[in-house]
Amino acid sequence: MRSFEQHLSDFTQRHIEIAAISVDSTEDSRKLSQAKGYTFSVLSDPKAEVIRRYGLFHPRGGEDGQDIARPAEILVDASGTIRWENLTDDIRVRARPGQVLQAFDGTIGK
Amino acid sequence: MKRRHNNLLWAGFVVVLLAAGTYIPIFAVYAATRDVPWVNYLLFAAGGILLVLGLRRAFRQPEIYRGKVLGSILTSLSFLLFVFFCSVILYFSKVIPASETAVRVGQSAPDFTLANWDGKKVRLSDAVKNNRAVVLIFYRGYW
Repeated sequence: MRSFEQHLSDFTQRHIEIAAISVDSTEDSRKLSQAKGYTFSVLSDPKAEVIRRYGLFHPRGGEDGQDIARPAEILVDASGTIRWENLTDDIRVRARPGQVLQAFDGTIGK
Repeated sequence: MKRRHNNLLWAGFVVVLLAAGTYIPIFAVYAATRDVPWVNYLLFAAGGILLVLGLRRAFRQPEIYRGKVLGSILTSLSFLLFVFFCSVILYFSKVIPASETAVRVGQSAPDFTLANWDGKKVRLSDAVKNNRAVVLIFYRGYW
């Protein structure tokens, strides 16, 4: 997420909005955003309802056995259709901003 | 004659501690050293070489160098740290549910309204209308 903040201008130039989602409370998300200087939306889904609807539910995946989200990056176009996604199989290995921009340029941005 | 301290052993152990301890605060922050933790593997290798050199002279020249017992302990601890590091990198960080249940490319993204950290509600269907695209980043959370 840090790298997305650093490349935020590449996204805003293309009129792409970024929204991060986790089960963290708005208070935890506020602390995170302010500590890391995130200016994009950091949304709170404390009961993992949206996370479940996206099929990204990781029951008892948190450090203390909390229900959390499995990591994923999803690109949605203006009609609400999913045009690209990255479902990692390793929590350490996440999509880089360049991959998402390339996916946009190759589909929606054509 | 008093035997010399075997500084290679401590040096090797310190390098191994750095190898294990610098990944999360430093090298996991940058994708280039995170996805494959090559810097940390190199540090483990360097620490291992120092320990082996230290152990070798402790056992081959015991009349000059100390460190047979200490070296064996530090090398064993280092090996355990290396095994632990590899198990986290190669196994535990991959223990997540299969992606088969996830929404697919071509499907419409389920609409939602969620609160941003500043209290503002964000609705996906509004966000996509006002932009050319929206990137949703699902993450585990920072407990």
